[in-house]
Parts: sequence; structure tokens; C-alpha cells
Amino acid sequence: MTVMEQRGAYRPSPPPAWQPRTDPAPLLPDAEPYRVLGTQAAAQADPELLRRLYAELVRGRRYNAQATALTKQGRLAVYPSSTGQEACEVAAALALEDRDWLFPSYRDTLAAVARGLDPVQALTLLRGDWHTGYDPREHRVAPLCTPLATQLPHAVGLAHAARLKGDDVVALAMVGDGGTSEGDFHEALNFAAVWQAPVVFLVQNNGFAISVPLAKQTAAPSLAHKAVGYGMPGRLVDGNDAAAVHEVLTAAVRHARAGGGPTLVEAITYRVEAHTNADDATRYRGDAEVETWRGHDPIALLEHELTERGLIDEAGIRAARDAAETLAADLRERMNQDPVLDPMDLFAHVYAEPTPQLREQQDQLRAELAAEGEQR
Amino acid sequence: MTTVALKPATMAQALTRAMRDAMAADPNVHVMGEDVGTLGGVFRVTDGLAKEFGEDRCTDTPLAEAGILGTAVGMAMYGLRPVVEMQFDAFAYPAFEQLISHVSRTRNRTRGAMPLPITIRVPYGGGIGGVEHHSDSSEAYYMATPGLHVVTPATVADAYGLLRAAIASDDPVVFLEPKRLYWSKDSWNPDEPQSVEPIGRAVVRRSGRSATLITYGPSVPVCLEAAEAAREEGWDLEVVDLRSLVPFDDETVAASVRRTGRAVVVHESGGFGGPGGEIAARVTERCFHHLEAPVLRVAGFDIPYPPPMLERHHLPGVDRILDAVGRLQWEAEN
Repeated sequence: MTVMEQRGAYRPSPPPAWQPRTDPAPLLPDAEPYRVLGTQAAAQADPELLRRLYAELVRGRRYNAQATALTKQGRLAVYPSSTGQEACEVAAALALEDRDWLFPSYRDTLAAVARGLDPVQALTLLRGDWHTGYDPREHRVAPLCTPLATQLPHAVGLAHAARLKGDDVVALAMVGDGGTSEGDFHEALNFAAVWQAPVVFLVQNNGFAISVPLAKQTAAPSLAHKAVGYGMPGRLVDGNDAAAVHEVLTAAVRHARAGGGPTLVEAITYRVEAHTNADDATRYRGDAEVETWRGHDPIALLEHELTERGLIDEAGIRAARDAAETLAADLRERMNQDPVLDPMDLFAHVYAEPTPQLREQQDQLRAELAAEGEQR
Repeated sequence: MTTVALKPATMAQALTRAMRDAMAADPNVHVMGEDVGTLGGVFRVTDGLAKEFGEDRCTDTPLAEAGILGTAVGMAMYGLRPVVEMQFDAFAYPAFEQLISHVSRTRNRTRGAMPLPITIRVPYGGGIGGVEHHSDSSEAYYMATPGLHVVTPATVADAYGLLRAAIASDDPVVFLEPKRLYWSKDSWNPDEPQSVEPIGRAVVRRSGRSATLITYGPSVPVCLEAAEAAREEGWDLEVVDLRSLVPFDDETVAASVRRTGRAVVVHESGGFGGPGGEIAARVTERCFHHLEAPVLRVAGFDIPYPPPMLERHHLPGVDRILDAVGRLQWEAEN
């Protein structure tokens, strides 16, 4: 029946009442990134925590420098440095309890190490002797993820499963600004919000996805603003302010643990070095910009605060640097040893039990090794 | 010995029963996907599971295949055994990155520390008059990905047994459900369902002496029908149901072809780069001196799955199989 034929009988009614499902205002990020260092808020910060953050930042920077040097010696295939972003890395690790899980991307080696992972094991992916050199369950650090944003739904699933089992475990998932354009970012945030999963998403906005600047990555007011579309709070923080990142992340973790659901945190930071040692950053950004950010260095900011307030002295600074040198020396020494590899490992972990086809190939490789005089 | 009453049951009922029994046996088994809860699945294969086990165990997810499989990865990391539904073959493609970059290789990547016991149910194949993106046979993509098991039942008993085995497996299993066999009935004992052969074993569905039809999933009943029809032509055909594409049962297949000396591989998916090429090569490598003719393939055409009104011309049917069997008289022709 057409509308014309219905005329007379048809009585339009008003459309069903509409209202937003939740009030978007509390979900919106503040206009300015949250800061602690150099503000009144610093007076409330725990001195012990600030000193711990400082020691980890210094260690992290030295680790970055050592790993970069190892690529020049051919000991690592590649290293994506997080120099300039250490505050995000360290705060990520320190905001979690032991039972919580960290889901790092390939640039987040430091967060994994700050969580207690063996520095050499954390580098096997980049050295090339195995994809993941550690048992993820031991430190509750998921494998360093190379595809962009695909680890985010894993974090959601794990946190959801933990809650179903009655465990108060939180998952912290790390992603870069470029990763927020991927479909998995969207699906992970949507699932997390619908399930009210205890997850915290930390976007390290370091300005570039390899060479592409944020302006070509998104038209959103900020990456934290994306949260409101999913129905979760978005928080904006100065990513070079270790105390601020730690405070915001700790609050988000606590909120998730208490059953409040997920939070999206955008930390504004900067990748001082190139994307990896294989990248030439001078092609896409100027020295002046880099210098501005070097003036807002996470270590210098915290050191200044600690010194101003008399919470650290020359000896304390030296102790932090000595500890970092010890880490670097140990890393250098152990990474300069050739890893011992077993070619039969190629077949060991494809399936719980190798298929008949893999057994045949195993035999073939064994015969080849025997022919090379390397029979095991 | 007590006689068990065999009753007619559909493949869909056996699949539901398999999930129900697995969920009852292990609280870590979770079913998830779009529409699997309240609706019971668009094919009703998950019917009643949410009611019996609650929405936390049989969960209606947001409509997002990468998200469904990606969150299942995290759930498996925490010790659950997710059974995810992809609703239709071509709907699984958004989840391929999760499948290939994570599901298939996390055990390997972590040196065995983190196996992912995920079952991925994919209703697949044509013959039900579905519109575009509802009839693909995507098994070649799955077969080409190391770390996945790929299985597909053709009988009601196998639907139950293979799905129980898939859920129990510590490795990810792509479980391909032939849509057009969902309502096929077998005599089956629903009071005492048995797991039959394990994953990785093929079975001879019909013995014969003059040639072997190697097939799986939706093409098994077609091959059995062709074998009956071929008797009139004087052919006594053996039909091997692979049941499992990965791992592949070279032994059963080669033993059959050595007995018969001739083989035709039959499947719905396209022939070029399809499973049949791999199977024909494996048979040739093992049975060359026993073969009286080249191993032939009867497959779907190398085209995007056709619109429903044309699909009968695309799907391998009895006539096309018999035609291939006729061509196995290689010596006479050359």
C-alpha cells in the first residue's frame, strides 16, 4: 500500500523520543594536557616515587643508546628507539601491579624491561634469534607486537577473561599515534567499552608514524577525543612529564580495577630519534622542532624538579647514572655473545604435535645437518 | 552389549550438541560471535547455549570479526578455550590479520609457552542460494597458513566428533561447516554421541576398485552419488572423505590410490591455487608408479562465487565428476 492509498487512514506520530545514551561531557579530555612537574601539583607527588621514576628514566635512556649502538655493530637487525618517550615507557610499567598485564608494541621494549623482563630476552625479536625470547606469562608481558594495533583486542580479551574468572587483573595496551588509524584500534576500544573490560589504552603520540605527521593521520581534535565516541573517558597528558603520566595511568588502572571500565589516555610526546636506525628523519622534519622537544626532555624535567626541591643531590644523580652504566655494560657483554641456535627448533613449536608433513621435513633437515657434519 | 537407538539427526543438531557437551565438560569453553546468543545463530547452531550456560559463556559480540577473533586471542592467553563463529565464509576476511599474524603463530612465536586453543567455526560453501559473500570456499587460504588445523565434516557423526576434537585441541582449529549439509540427516545416537576418528585421519566412505574420488565436506555426498551412478558405466569407485585438510592424511589417500590406480580430486573451491593442486601433487609424488592416468581435478570454476541463480553451473555435480572419471581411461585416449 502506498502512502497515497493510505491517505486518510495514516496518522503520523512523533518519532520515538531520543536522548544520548550517556552524558558525553565527563568523557571529554581536558583542554590542556595534564602536567605535574613545574606546577603546584608537584608538591603532592611522593618523593620516593619521583626518585624511582628518575632512576628508571636514566636507565631507559642508556638502554636505548646501547641498543642503538648494537645495531651499528650488526648485533641487532633493527632497533626502534624510544629516546624522548622514556616517561611513557616507565610510567606504563610502574602503574601496573604484578598480576596485571602489559601489551607492548615493537617500540615498547623499555616498558617491558622496566617491568622486570631480562634486557637480553626483550631484544631477541630485534636480534633475530627468536620472535619472543621470554615466556609472556612469567612477567605478564605479551609478545612485542609488530603489526599495528592488533595487540589491543588481545588486551581486551585477556582483561575480560580475567574478570569472568573473578580476578582483579588490569591490562594496559600501548599503541602509537599511527596505530590509532588501524581498524583493530577501533574494534578493541569498542569491545572494551561494550564489555566494560578492565583495560587502559595508552596512546603515545610521538608526532609521526614513520614519516607521516599527526595532521595527516587524523582530523580528530585530539586522539583522546576519540574515546567519547566509544563511551569511555579520554585523558590527555604531557607524555614527557613522568609524574603526570604515572598519576594519570595509575588512576585509570585503579578505575578499571574497580569495575569502572576502560580509559583512553593520550600522552603527548616526541620521538627524538628516527623511526628506526634505518630511517632518515631529516627528510620529514626540521631541526628546530627537534630542538624544541629536546628542551622539554623527560629526564631533564624530572631532574630539575628533584634538584629544585632538594630531593636528589649530585651523588644521587651519579648513582642513577652508574646503575644505568652497569645495565648497559651487561647488555653489551651479553649481546656480543653469539646466541646458540638449534635449527630443529624450526619445527618444535608449530603445533603441539608436529603434523606428519612436518615430521618429514624435520627428517630432511636432520639429514642435511648430518651431511654438514653437524649431527645432533 | 546394549543396542543403542539410532535416530535421525541433522548436522546442525550434532554441532550444537558438541558445543553443549564441551561447555558442560569444561567451564573454560566459551562460545562467542555475532548473533550466537539470544538468536541462537543465524543457522541456529548455537541454539539454547546462552540460555543453558548464560551470556558470559555464550556471548553476543559487537559486529566485528577482527574484534571477535582478536579478543578470543586474549581470552585464550588467559586460559579460556574460545569457540568463535564467523557466521558466513566471506565474513571471516576482516579477521584474517588476527588469524594469520597472531592465532596461527603465537605458539611458535613464544616457543610453545603460549598455545592458543581457539576453534574458529566458519559456515562455508555454496548450494543454499545465498547472495554474494555468503557462499565462498576459503579453505585454500587457511591451508596455506602454518599453525592452523583445518577440518571439515561431511557426516552428522563427524560434525559432533570433529567439533569436540577441535575444541579439545590445544592448537587453533579452523572448523569449516558445510552450510548445505546443516540440514542433512544421518542415523545417529544422540544419547551417547561418540567422538569418531581423530583430527588428521581420512576415512574411506565407500570402497571400490577402479578409481578413487578424493573429497571433503559438501562434496562428499555428491561423490557418493556419483559413485552410485558410475556403477552403470562399469566403474567401481572408492570415495575418500579427507575430514582434515591440515594435517593431511597422506597414508589413507595414497593407500587408496595405490589400490585403484586412478584418482579424481573433487571440491567446490576454485581449482587454480586450490586444495586439489596440492592433493594431486602429493598423490603423484607417492603413487607415480601405481597411476594409470594423471590425477584429475573437478573443482569450482576460477571465478568469484557466482550469483545464486547460476551457482548450479559452477558447483561440481555428478555429471562433471562422471565426465572426469571417463577421462581416467588415459591409455585408450592416448
